[in-house]
Amino acid sequence: MELLVEGLTVARGGVPVLENLGFRLSSGQVLVLRGPNGSGKTTLLRTLAGLQPPLAGEISLPPEAIAYGAHADGLKGQLSVAENLAFWASVYGTRDIERALVDMNLVALRDRPAANLSAGQKRRLGLARLLVTGRPIWLLDEPTVSLDAASVALFADAVRAHVAAGGAALIATHIDLGLDAAIFDVTPFKADPDATAGDGAFDEAFL
Amino acid sequence: MIALLIRDLRLTFRAGGGFGLGLAFFLIVTVLVPFGVGPESALLARIAPGILWVGALLACLLSLDRIFQLDFEDGSLDLLATAPVPMEGAVAMKALAHWLTTGLPLTLAAPFFGGLMSLPTAGFLWVFVTLLIGTPALSMIGTFGAALTVGLKRGGLLLSLLVLPLYIPTLLFGAETARRAIMGMEYAQTFAILAGVSAGSIAILPFAAAAAIRINLR
Amino acid sequence: MEDTRVRQHNDRWNWFWAWANPVKFMAWTGKALPWFIGLTLITLVPGLIWGFFFTPEAEGFGSSVKIIYVHVPSAFMAIQAWGMMVVASLIWLIRRHHVGALAAKGAALVGLTMTVIALITGAIWGEPMWGTYWAWDPRLTSFLILFLFYIGYMALWAAIENPDTAADLTSVLAIVGSVFAFLSRYAVNFWNQGLHQGASLSLDKEENVADVFWQPLVLTLVGFGLLFVVLVLVRARTEVRKRRVHALMTRERMRDA
Repeated sequence: MELLVEGLTVARGGVPVLENLGFRLSSGQVLVLRGPNGSGKTTLLRTLAGLQPPLAGEISLPPEAIAYGAHADGLKGQLSVAENLAFWASVYGTRDIERALVDMNLVALRDRPAANLSAGQKRRLGLARLLVTGRPIWLLDEPTVSLDAASVALFADAVRAHVAAGGAALIATHIDLGLDAAIFDVTPFKADPDATAGDGAFDEAFL
Repeated sequence: MIALLIRDLRLTFRAGGGFGLGLAFFLIVTVLVPFGVGPESALLARIAPGILWVGALLACLLSLDRIFQLDFEDGSLDLLATAPVPMEGAVAMKALAHWLTTGLPLTLAAPFFGGLMSLPTAGFLWVFVTLLIGTPALSMIGTFGAALTVGLKRGGLLLSLLVLPLYIPTLLFGAETARRAIMGMEYAQTFAILAGVSAGSIAILPFAAAAAIRINLR
Repeated sequence: MEDTRVRQHNDRWNWFWAWANPVKFMAWTGKALPWFIGLTLITLVPGLIWGFFFTPEAEGFGSSVKIIYVHVPSAFMAIQAWGMMVVASLIWLIRRHHVGALAAKGAALVGLTMTVIALITGAIWGEPMWGTYWAWDPRLTSFLILFLFYIGYMALWAAIENPDTAADLTSVLAIVGSVFAFLSRYAVNFWNQGLHQGASLSLDKEENVADVFWQPLVLTLVGFGLLFVVLVLVRARTEVRKRRVHALMTRERMRDA
């Protein structure tokens, strides 16, 4: 089980942002994505998650392996914590939400409507969603936003347990999670605006 | 996919408004028309099937932008697109949820509102039947329109503009069938086409709508 | 999309699709456009003059009949434009040729204009002929529906910022819309039998309008066809230039970032 990326060029709004990028993420590994704001980390993660097509390059990964955690948690305010989680569990064909509630310290909040949670609690619920997907590769976009120190530690534990169980995680973050992780800096792969990128680039033909 | 349907239904019921809004609008239309055209029973009875159809269509239109907009804003749509649910199925479930909370209540209410419009008793059945067959097409076409405009901030007006011409065949065959049946004319042909439009929309539009969603999420 | 790109490289129709490359497109249309303009002028101007001044007044119609030299060709082109829009949209969706999407956008604007001309000239003609500017006759209704489709299509283009997304979504709309437009055309026949003369333009001699009217009409039809080509080419060239400006500006923004 591994995610292999080769010669990948990703675009935002038809313009290449990162080009010719490659890495390998295997079972038991954590890879932390670094790069300044606007460098294309989110675009890269969205491309890997299959939300947008790459301009060029290869992404090889086993089928049904990815769980994507975006900036937004996709929570429904009118549903309770348990209902939100149970929905995603049944979408992914898993049943058990108890372990995820325990791991993210949400047991006491299980019947509270998600609308009444604080920002950090919402984030924890969003991360608990990853646990119920049962997917081996996590793609996380700034997962620790609005988490306090204790919750960050909780999250780091969850990632450690996931990785120890044979999973893998690709995390775009600026803080040190205290994980045994490799760093992947996207800055050197910034697309050159003057060079011609992959021949699929839309605006290429107009320059 | 059933989970998605249940979630959407639950959300509509808990949010309130969504469910009753269409019905309330439908009631307002049917109550206002007699004030506008006068109380003469014969005239009202003649235009009743058409007014009920137009009213149901407009009531349906009212809730279309909610189909995907909330899911888009809170990020659920991104997460759904990466989940092991085919987007076509998710779109069909969204349309079904919309129909169950809008089209079906409108269909059930139409005979009662028909009473307000001096619709003859025989007409109750036909307005009910044509709406029952036609409103699924309205929900599905509307879902397609909503999928096209999901990324736009103020897509409501544009959505109506896109969807209205697409609604014309359904409206025309639906109201025409009801009118012909009530007047004792031959209606089998228009009725069959109405059913065909509905079945065709349900069969094909999920694919177009799913394609539009994927394009919009890109 | 990878598939498409691979196909483009080993395709024996490559020479044909090469004309759709924006740079080449600008080059060949730049050369061809004056010829098209010339041809349009030598067909449309004599056609209209012939139609307006050198045809007799038809019995029962008066001189109002002469409006057919604008009405019929514009109505014809309004429908052709939709057809071209759909074909160009398919070219964009399947082959990812940028000019396809932009030509579809151009055709829509011209088609909308033609639809409006057909509706207005029809109303002007309808008054003396049927005693009304507007009737819910199947053809009039179809044109009104066509007008709504054009408006919706162009509004969608205008509303979406990313040109790539806009091209994709409008193409999907054009294809789905065509199915429903066709259905609507068929539907209105059930609903009203109509005032329009049916086969006045058919080639069947019995029902045909007299030759004196028919010959200049053919000339104006050809003229409007050429005018349509000219307008779409001009429009598409403008769109290509706008896209080029957009691309240049995005590149500048990237360099600053």
